[in-house]
Amino acid sequence: MAEMTYRDALNAAMCQEMDRDDSVFLMGEEVAEYDGAYKVSRGMLARYGDRRVVDSPISELGFAGLCVGAATAGLRPVCEFMTFNFAFLALDQVINNAAKMFYMSNGQISVPIVFRGPTGAALQLAAQHSQACETYYVHAPGVKVVTPGTPADAKGLLAAAIRDDDPVAVMEGELLYNVRGEVPDGEYVIPLGVADLKRSGGDVSIVTHGKMVHVALQAATMLARDGIEADVLDLRSIRPLDVDAILETVARTNRVVYLEEGWPFAGVGAQIVALIQEEAFDDLDAPVMRVTQADIPMPYAKTLEQLAKPSARGVVEACRRVLYQPSGSS
Amino acid sequence: MLQATKERESGVANGDRSSADGDAEDGLGDVDVIEGFTRDEVHALLAEMLLYRRFEEKAEEAYAIGKIGGFCHLHIGQEGLAAGAIRPLRQDDPVITAYRDHTMAIAKGITPRAAMAELYGRVDGCSGGRGGSMHLFDPTVGFMGGHGIVGGQIPIGTGLGWAIRYRGDDQVCVCFMGDAAVNQGAFLESLNMAAIWHLPVIYVVENNEYGMGTAFSRVSATEMEARSGAYGIPAHTVNGQDVLETYRFFADMAERVRGGAGPQFVNAETYRFRGHSMSDPVSGTYRSKEEVESHVQEQDPITILRDRLMEADLLSQSELEAMDGEVRAVCEDAAEFADASPVPDPSTLYDHVYAEINEQGRLFLDGRGPGPGGAMGGGPAGGPGGATHG
Repeated sequence: MAEMTYRDALNAAMCQEMDRDDSVFLMGEEVAEYDGAYKVSRGMLARYGDRRVVDSPISELGFAGLCVGAATAGLRPVCEFMTFNFAFLALDQVINNAAKMFYMSNGQISVPIVFRGPTGAALQLAAQHSQACETYYVHAPGVKVVTPGTPADAKGLLAAAIRDDDPVAVMEGELLYNVRGEVPDGEYVIPLGVADLKRSGGDVSIVTHGKMVHVALQAATMLARDGIEADVLDLRSIRPLDVDAILETVARTNRVVYLEEGWPFAGVGAQIVALIQEEAFDDLDAPVMRVTQADIPMPYAKTLEQLAKPSARGVVEACRRVLYQPSGSS
Repeated sequence: MLQATKERESGVANGDRSSADGDAEDGLGDVDVIEGFTRDEVHALLAEMLLYRRFEEKAEEAYAIGKIGGFCHLHIGQEGLAAGAIRPLRQDDPVITAYRDHTMAIAKGITPRAAMAELYGRVDGCSGGRGGSMHLFDPTVGFMGGHGIVGGQIPIGTGLGWAIRYRGDDQVCVCFMGDAAVNQGAFLESLNMAAIWHLPVIYVVENNEYGMGTAFSRVSATEMEARSGAYGIPAHTVNGQDVLETYRFFADMAERVRGGAGPQFVNAETYRFRGHSMSDPVSGTYRSKEEVESHVQEQDPITILRDRLMEADLLSQSELEAMDGEVRAVCEDAAEFADASPVPDPSTLYDHVYAEINEQGRLFLDGRGPGPGGAMGGGPAGGPGGATHG
């Protein structure tokens, strides 16, 4: 184990995979000479050269499509979007080409590609640069989606994504890049589709993914002061989805709050709520609540931005509601 | 000059077959007789184009009686390009195109049977019935689709070129598109990247003058040839109705690009003799009946080659009729084969969505698919098993 940042853990995963497989290459804006807009690819140009670490023009549709084409030819591209906000321009290539090529070709042409970059809000970047984009990707069969919330998960999930034979969107958190944590040394791969119980409580379940894991843990700490012990289940992988882990925590606590950074309408939480009521209805002692971003574009002003983002306090409130407890004084 | 791609199951329309006839009759089989081609070669090209024409006519017929559904875009009138641009390529040179793809697929080596069965949506189709008319695929012969979004295949073709360069291989990717596709950002972004990375890609516009019902001249600020200049990519114009000119051009260009000449842009002039798709009348509101008829009379690539060969005494009426009889039989056989091929088994509905079914987690959220939690994977304990089950 070594302590490292989330950023360096992602870097370690890419280097680990590029060392073992020459067909893996990294392409994106500023990934090479600039060392990455968020320095995730620091040092990789020097280590692998410009054949495998490639600065693209600002052409999201174009270079994402080029990477898809390279994947259809058997390479394993890591296609970095500076942020997923910019990847809307590339969505045709992801949804219509990457996700469907294997099916349309009757299994003749697979697309082993990783699309990665930060999703979600940072600080005061306003509406076009602050949005959680998971829903757009997870909606389409053919794509897999993972959302690492910690440095260890970042290394293990990105490595697994690169090895996977399908398109995988690895959706990172801009505010997580500096987060430090213990990361296993050497080769480390976390299988897709395995959730992680980040905290074991028993009174109420906070189910979440990505950066919101940290908000959920903060809320759990606040609840604990009032004697309420929460499970915090981090999905880690949204598709494939660890349904067993969800059903287990529901069976244990009978009360669930889904926390996500994105909007509520047809969000990830909406799917989880549907799943729980379909498959664990009899385990529930209360309706499942969701805590999401306010259903508005992200405002710039700090005061408004704070109101728009899901907060630990909001999660605490939701947990109290599913526990049928009045608001606490904490 | 001909470098045959995949040997056809049918045995028709490749050099071998015509060579047998030619040699037997007058021994001219391997002598240059017209514009640098041998008699066998020109006969083979004529037979190819006739095959494409009869295939599309058969598809048209099958569509009319409901054997083929959905969108169906015929290549009739544009056969010179399929034969002239694709037949000179090596089998391992990848070709990618848009949705007017039937004859392109056949030219690259997909059998008429496999192509027709795909149009019929049957298991013996080249995409197992999952793709249909717009999505023919067979990577083993270098045919990479069959794509339905205008311009969407251009970055993919660019990536195929990228992979060739990355591996240090010597294939050439030929990336086809319709004329309307050059107004997509995907085209501009791709040409720029192909130029900066010197990719071995030939971008070919099948310029049939109309994007669906909109004349290119109405929606383009420049001539077609000017479209690649901003990226320093050489532009070429070829008469796609002249299969010999087209063939010669692509045979030469493929070798030049293979030798390191970098990306090229080809404006291949052609004309569509049918509507945009099956729901579209032949002329419609955007072009006159007279315009279509004059092209059919004067610009039919098959007629042009036929007349030239007959004038040069290289083709007799009986040879032509025999050739046509053979390709008609091939298409008839393809239709019979397609009709006899089984429809996809319902149990395969969820096959090939993912290349890798992960051991853990649920991939299919309707509770029906394979893998953990799906009906095909055992279903969850104690639950009804998903949205549509129970």
